Amino acid sequence: MAGAGGGGCPAGGNDLQWCFSQVKGAIDEDVAEADIISTVEFNHSGDLLATGDKGGRVVIFQREQENKSRPHSRGEYNVYSTFQSHEPEFDYLKSLEIEEKINKIRWLPQQNAAHFLLSTNDKTIKLWKISERDKRAEGYNLKDEDGRLRDPFRITALRVPILKPMDLMVEASPRRIFANAHTYHINSISVNSDHETYLSADDLRINLWHLEITDRSFNIVDIKPANMEELTEVITAAEFHPHQCNVFVYSSSKGTVRLCDMRSSALCDRHSKFFEEPEDPSSRSFFSEIISSISDVKFSHSGRYMMTRDYLSVKVWDLNMESRPVETHQVHEYLRSKLCSLYENDCIFDKFECCWSGSDSAIMTGSYNNFFRMFDRNARRDVTLEASRENSKPRASLKPRKVCTGGKRKKDEISVDSLDFNKKILHTAWHPAENIIAVAATNNLYIFQDKVN
Amino acid sequence: MMLSKGLKRKREEEREKETLAVDAWWLDPSLPAAAQAPPAAASSSLFDLSVLKLHHSLRQGEPDLRHLVLVVNTLRRIQASMAPAPTLPPVPSPPTAPCAADSLLASSDAALSASMASLLEDLSHIEGLSQAPQPLVDEGPPGRPVGGSPPSLGALDLLGPATGCLLDDELEGLFEDIDTSMYDSELWAPASEGLKPGPEDGPGKEEALELDEAELDYLLDVLVGTQALERPPGPGR
Repeated sequence: MAGAGGGGCPAGGNDLQWCFSQVKGAIDEDVAEADIISTVEFNHSGDLLATGDKGGRVVIFQREQENKSRPHSRGEYNVYSTFQSHEPEFDYLKSLEIEEKINKIRWLPQQNAAHFLLSTNDKTIKLWKISERDKRAEGYNLKDEDGRLRDPFRITALRVPILKPMDLMVEASPRRIFANAHTYHINSISVNSDHETYLSADDLRINLWHLEITDRSFNIVDIKPANMEELTEVITAAEFHPHQCNVFVYSSSKGTVRLCDMRSSALCDRHSKFFEEPEDPSSRSFFSEIISSISDVKFSHSGRYMMTRDYLSVKVWDLNMESRPVETHQVHEYLRSKLCSLYENDCIFDKFECCWSGSDSAIMTGSYNNFFRMFDRNARRDVTLEASRENSKPRASLKPRKVCTGGKRKKDEISVDSLDFNKKILHTAWHPAENIIAVAATNNLYIFQDKVN
Repeated sequence: MMLSKGLKRKREEEREKETLAVDAWWLDPSLPAAAQAPPAAASSSLFDLSVLKLHHSLRQGEPDLRHLVLVVNTLRRIQASMAPAPTLPPVPSPPTAPCAADSLLASSDAALSASMASLLEDLSHIEGLSQAPQPLVDEGPPGRPVGGSPPSLGALDLLGPATGCLLDDELEGLFEDIDTSMYDSELWAPASEGLKPGPEDGPGKEEALELDEAELDYLLDVLVGTQALERPPGPGR
């Protein structure tokens, strides 16, 4: 059994030991629907960690500066800002409610003191500015200290207002609202490496936006058939290449990924590359298509690879090879014999995300029973860990977990039939530079760090 | 659907045994999946389950397109594998000959296609309704600018009653060739009110229909101006 978690540190592939660091969220067994975390994202420096929930709120955590007098604090994440990003809306024409659930958050690269992020629900994308205020001006000429306006005729002398320190206040303000461009449900947003544009994707279309312009967007992919009766495939995820600003990919419900180059034509309905692994005839079933549906696609930081997540596995693709992935990692193969039941209870439609470590040497994805899986690509090892309150003593090492698939169940193993399918880890994030991971377990956010860190 | 811990359900163990048998069958390495015909009973229960899911999905005001497409594709696969099946679930009357059985499946497929087409066409009509017109771009832009005039509103054939045909135990329902969806405008009736009969619907069905007629009258009165609007239309979630 794999000993430790994955994730390469800069020095090389040492064995890492994942430890519990923090958990955020209510301990209550009764989970409020609105508190369910729906997206997790580190910013580009890793100092900020944003979560979005079903209630339309965004909570941003900031990493504390390392304190020499408290060496064990090791940079804890504490609440920095909380705001209501999206409200529930009612579409009167269709007589439908538009959910306020935050589907995705993406940070913009930082260009000044303020932080910017994009957050989206099913229909509307918003650009938020998060800024700090730690000074205020005192000694205005035209108003009193308590804000009352002074009579200008009474002023006999002028003074220069002075800046005085105040308690830090973090303000979040919506700077842009990008609305009315998506008929179907938005599943992805991705900021371009040019830092000026971004894409948004729904089930059938992908639009390109300029961050400054809200009243129009350009449609760059449209897979809606002329006759809707012929609809057999939808877009499930999309992402810009991390370095090539003209390249993006989008995945489909049929398990394919198309890479498009915006330079080749204005309309990217024709792909430049088409990634699909041929179906294994021996494992064909009625559910083959559903389990091949890709729920997430992510470029590696290097830009040389991309990773796709389908129901049972994660696959790493070399962008230069379309015929098959270079790596396939089984997440929970023991579920293959349970597909019928999982179809019945709709779990087979769960959309798991995946992420790369900062150095691309490891990948991580979630599973059921609050388990998550890590694959060390260099060492060719994988490990199953659990996010639970029971393992939440400070700096406690996480013990690898094992699922028993048949035969005699060993001690500390859990049988497939005992897995809790309500406890799903759909959203995870990896710090861009260090071995710190954030794992969303329903309404709780777990932060784990490696011991060496 | 809330789950209790683990996969097993306390009720319907027979059904579970059947479904697990299907799972086990698919795992059998000695049987090349493509070459064998699946046991009719297992496929039939999967078929019913898929139809239920499709029905449930179609009843949502705004169905999850991915879920819908995957269920429909799975249903088509199951149907394709069931097509040459010699046995069929029993029908009340009249007794069917083997050739009529084929047409039964064919017509249910037609009804399915009709209801799917109806729904998906509706989605494309609704797109026209809700699309806010946006200014077109002057210079040669990459891609197409989003916006422009919405497509003409054809017959708003929302959720035609064809969907209900699949779940009717009545044989007559399957052969209904008059698509009344053009006349049943569901624009004002909340989709969640469940005009479509489901297998679980019994005495509640007539009640639900009555309610909707009353609501329709009320809304018509509002339109005509004889009544002030007192409550908003129910959301079709």
